[in-house]
Amino acid sequence: MSVELKPLTGRIDDVGGLVSLEAYREAGGYEAARRALTEMTPGEVQEIVKEANLRGRGGAGFPTGVKWSFVPDVEGRKYLVCNGDEMEPGTFKDRYLLEYDPHLLVEGMLIASYAIGADQAYVFLRGEYHEPYRQLDAAIRAAREAGLLGDGIFGTSYALSLDIHRSGGRYICGEETALLNALEGKRANPRTKPPFPPASGAWGRPTIVNNIETLCNVPGILSHGAEWYQDLGIGEDSGTKLYGVSGRVNNPGLWELPIGTTIREIIEVHAGGMMEGYRLRGILPGGASTDFLVEEHLDLPMDYGSIQAAGSRMGTGTMILMDDSVCPVGISLNLQHFFAQESCGFCTPCREGLPWLEQVLADIEAGRGEPGDLELLDKNAAFIGAPGNTFCLHATGAIEPLQSALKYFREDFEEHLATGRCKYRDVMPVQESAG
Amino acid sequence: MSEETNNTVNVWIDGNTYEATPGENLLQAVLDQKLDLPYFCWHPSLGSVGACRQCAVMVYADEEDERGRLTMACMTPVTEGLRVSVEAAHAAEFRESVIEWLMENHPHDCPVCEEGGECHLQDMTVMTGHSARRYRGNKRTFNNQYLGPFINHEMNRCITCYRCVRYYRDYAGGTDLQAFGSRARMYFGREQDGVLENPFAGNLVEVCPTGVFTDKPFSSSYTRKWDLRSAPGICMGCSVGCNTFPAERYGRLKRITNRYHGEINGYFLCDRGRFGSGFVNEETRIRHPGRRAEDGVFEMVAVDESLQEISSLLSAGGVLGIGSPRASLESNFALRELVGVDNFSCGLGAGEARATLRTLEVYDAGAGQIASLSDVEQADAVLVLGEDVLNTAPRAALSIRQAVRNEALQMAEDAGIPTWQAAGVKDHAQGHKNPLFLVTNLPTGLDDISRGCLQGDSHRIAAIGHTIAHGIDERFPDGGIDDALIEDVVNTLTSAERPLIVSGTSQESAAIVEAAGHITAALSACDKAPSLLLSGMEVNSYGAALLGGCDVDVALGRAAEGKVKTLVVLENDLFRRAEPALVEQALEAIENLIVIDVIDGATADRADWVMPAASFAESTGTFVNYETRAQRSYEVFLPADEIRPAWEWLAAFGRMKWETVDDVSAAIAGLPQFAAVSEVAPSADYRTTAHMKVPRQPHRASGRTAMTADVSVHEPKTAIDEDTPLSFSMEGYNRNQPGGLVPYVWSPGWNSNQSVFKFQQEVAGPLTGGDPGVRLVEPAGKNTDPVYDVQPVQSEAAGIRLFPAFSVFASDELAVRSPAVRERAGYASVVLSAADAEVLGVSSGDGVRCDVLDVALEVEIEDGVSQGCAYVKWGGEGVNRRLPADSVELRHDPGYQKPVPTVIARG
Repeated sequence: MSVELKPLTGRIDDVGGLVSLEAYREAGGYEAARRALTEMTPGEVQEIVKEANLRGRGGAGFPTGVKWSFVPDVEGRKYLVCNGDEMEPGTFKDRYLLEYDPHLLVEGMLIASYAIGADQAYVFLRGEYHEPYRQLDAAIRAAREAGLLGDGIFGTSYALSLDIHRSGGRYICGEETALLNALEGKRANPRTKPPFPPASGAWGRPTIVNNIETLCNVPGILSHGAEWYQDLGIGEDSGTKLYGVSGRVNNPGLWELPIGTTIREIIEVHAGGMMEGYRLRGILPGGASTDFLVEEHLDLPMDYGSIQAAGSRMGTGTMILMDDSVCPVGISLNLQHFFAQESCGFCTPCREGLPWLEQVLADIEAGRGEPGDLELLDKNAAFIGAPGNTFCLHATGAIEPLQSALKYFREDFEEHLATGRCKYRDVMPVQESAG
Repeated sequence: MSEETNNTVNVWIDGNTYEATPGENLLQAVLDQKLDLPYFCWHPSLGSVGACRQCAVMVYADEEDERGRLTMACMTPVTEGLRVSVEAAHAAEFRESVIEWLMENHPHDCPVCEEGGECHLQDMTVMTGHSARRYRGNKRTFNNQYLGPFINHEMNRCITCYRCVRYYRDYAGGTDLQAFGSRARMYFGREQDGVLENPFAGNLVEVCPTGVFTDKPFSSSYTRKWDLRSAPGICMGCSVGCNTFPAERYGRLKRITNRYHGEINGYFLCDRGRFGSGFVNEETRIRHPGRRAEDGVFEMVAVDESLQEISSLLSAGGVLGIGSPRASLESNFALRELVGVDNFSCGLGAGEARATLRTLEVYDAGAGQIASLSDVEQADAVLVLGEDVLNTAPRAALSIRQAVRNEALQMAEDAGIPTWQAAGVKDHAQGHKNPLFLVTNLPTGLDDISRGCLQGDSHRIAAIGHTIAHGIDERFPDGGIDDALIEDVVNTLTSAERPLIVSGTSQESAAIVEAAGHITAALSACDKAPSLLLSGMEVNSYGAALLGGCDVDVALGRAAEGKVKTLVVLENDLFRRAEPALVEQALEAIENLIVIDVIDGATADRADWVMPAASFAESTGTFVNYETRAQRSYEVFLPADEIRPAWEWLAAFGRMKWETVDDVSAAIAGLPQFAAVSEVAPSADYRTTAHMKVPRQPHRASGRTAMTADVSVHEPKTAIDEDTPLSFSMEGYNRNQPGGLVPYVWSPGWNSNQSVFKFQQEVAGPLTGGDPGVRLVEPAGKNTDPVYDVQPVQSEAAGIRLFPAFSVFASDELAVRSPAVRERAGYASVVLSAADAEVLGVSSGDGVRCDVLDVALEVEIEDGVSQGCAYVKWGGEGVNRRLPADSVELRHDPGYQKPVPTVIARG
């Protein structure tokens, strides 16, 4: 029952914890894969995923079936790579899936690999994810022993090898081409596009990179059909979404809800509303690299189009809330410190521009700001943040929270400059700019 | 990289329409029009990666579009009707911002930086208009590394353009330079301090757009670029004939930098060429005419007296002249004229002369196109037969490295990736390579990119070559070697479109050259378009061979028989050419030995008369490279003391009526094989725009009146150069001249070597005035028939026979006399077969003594070496002389101690 409404986490709810292979199969697990491999052509699998309108859950929202169809019909190796890097600050949705229902991902990857003709699949896993690794590794072993991976799966001629690669640990590894470089053992710098990975990815071969949550949606679509999946969503988008809330709310956490649930419902109903004595001032809707939204946006549905129209991005769907005890300059400084540190160092605006922004913010926060600093931030943010001005979208993501903070919370920046102090702190901050 | 196409498209740039090549990158198209657009990470030989974001321009969707989109020119393919603005305010402001970001951490130490005055970063900073600093943070600092005697490291200046690692690793195949770290703390260096191993590391000095990697010997005696006097030079290091800018101040040769040649060296030199000219400044130069006095000690003699006495010695008859493959055509010809063709030796040893004449024969047969280095880079399959290219013709090895990358370019093109998208090509092709096969004595520095290697002595190499020729076409005689790899070689060469055969004379084996010729002919007979690179041993080996005359062994034999009274030796150390015993016999038998040379040596030590010859930097002359391309090298500065070009001494001995180099060249062109020499260089009366000479000094040269003020406050008159169209001063005009007459590159706003595009017809194309040089051998016909027989392999003699192993730093007679190169040349060693090592009871690192050579050699053991053969590598110190033909005795030297190399400069 709950699986049909909550295809991602319903099984976990039913079992009340880790879903074993037996429990997974009892709940109908791997039947979708069996049907795909024994009764459908790869093209038919692609078609149903396209029809279901599954969009990438890593943040970009690209239609998954369409992405799969970009894989050229060529001889030789193809790869499916699961992006399990989940380095976005405030985001912990993929980890939840791996820790409690790893077979959902294994089955999703089996179906996706079959759909694109890959015989080798990798999970690129965030290095610090020890428990998710343990569970996924155990699941893969169990699946192998049960003949669900390896040669001749379900008595067909189809073979798939699935391996885990644990990341050395850089935020940029979540960028799909930097991920591929890291997977190949090279520096984790993003790659030139074109070629795009579906044409030439890992080791120069056609490669599809999908997020964990995206792939976990695939078995349900195969089991219950495209129409069922479309109906799960509230607005234009299809399916359910893992939404999360962190910040000063009464019940921070993670919930699988129909995609398109309003921000207000997520915060007030599921997260239990703001803690007493705190007022909501800003929302980073989909992780640290998205633009701030404010109170006026509370009634927006959390889907790709609505949030974009409001000038931000749904991103990973796990929001960070800023309340009125938090200094907007301080949070901007904190974020720029993170993004400057995580720059891969390849292109100039990101490598050199972000530390400068961090340094100016540190000055403002410490009361050392100078006249013209806000204009300097505006100008640099515009140059660094515009897509295409930098090599990849790391800096663009870094600038989104800063530019929106300068827009919505400008009076805080101006007050810091005018008074030479941060009113949110009793003592001056100790954070220094990065070297 | 891009294919030649006739169709062009129209591109609109700031209101003007230009023709451009479709598909090429927009930055290159802008530069093709000689327009200014700042950039850092793009390099014509390295392609685009989009790292620096400096070349941003506005691109407009159509005529209606007024906003445009900021676009990186280097990452944008040119298409028909592309609308671009370089000048648009938004793009200009962004470019200024990029400089401002790059400058946050730059130390601004220009006044004490070696790059100052020719720094691309300075130029681009000025070009974008960035002038005031707003960044308030601390600057990052790094520790620098010791990288060896050639290159200084100053990481604080780095702007993180990634050019160094892309050049060093992707282009030159080096492994010990890497990008470390991330974010704003990227570090480019080695894992730890140590010598940069790659023999093309010196190009980092020019590849780096600022002062991170600088020329260490130059730094030790530093002069700003604008104060240097330079001229178009030819590298003396090997037979490739790379074009160089030798540069001087205060009578000291300061440095060598690359002089672009579209068909030869392109943008890069090897480190022997770049750092191997220090001998010009050495104390051991011969500076005055000298005569051996009664007590055996040299005494200085006045010029007139020396000329008089030598002339009278020569007029007594019985004169034999030995020329030199490292002397100019003019000097060799002057000697030939002085002694007569019958009494002239070309200066090559017997084996080398035989092999070199055979290469000319093979070229002349015309079955294969003579490959310039740019042709080499187009090859899709390469066979190297007998030549350790990296050590005998180093720059050619760098081109072979590019040839094997063509597979990657082809794969990229098939996938729709522009070939200039360097990172995209690399990610897609994942190290796929064109086939390269190596047949050599010992493992070589190209083994890492080869599909297969075979090793053997020169007889076996020739036999392998003939077996390959027979495998391609059965009409050719069989070498009878049975090896599985040979079939792969045959199949690969016959299925290639543009196979390249590389061989040469270092094995002193005519048979190897014959085999190379047969392979080429066989490929040509099956309708392939093979090309052929046959390297010589020295800068003018081909010129000397073409002049004719006997080889050195024959000449010395005549002398030993007592038929010679006076022997004139031109720029040649006979002990390197012929067996020392034969040289001794000859020197015993003659009455007078007259040596004209640049620097002292074993032969000069034995002379009765020595005359000081000008080095390449102090004289003008013509040199013939391995392609038989004759090129002119120009005097940079007037020689000091009584040093003169050798041809002038020889002309004075013979009272010949030549006044200038042009006179000698004209006489040379009278020989049929040298008819084309008249076209090599414009005569001394050539004038460029406004009837001006071409200046050796840039117009901003400073301190002219102060340079000799410590001697006299009266400024000396500027010397007049009667030999060439170049002036010794800054007077003149450095544009519109023939390509061979460019003495330095500079253009307004472009003070670094990046300004070379202003001197090219298009980026990376021929020079505006044409690429220099004229080929002397242009085959008329095309003989694809077998010509040579397979030589029977000689029976093995007892004992161990010694053969030379070549070394980029130790093998060249003059380069190794340059302090920095000598430091890299290592010490003497011998490569033994495992069997011989066992017999001698030695293992790797032990020492053996060779009494005949009177040296101790460190033992290396190599599986591919056959018993009875041993390969001697000379080091930087001690004798480098001809190895005996007969087998020698080696014995274990228990007291051997590894020599400690001299380290010139640490830190």
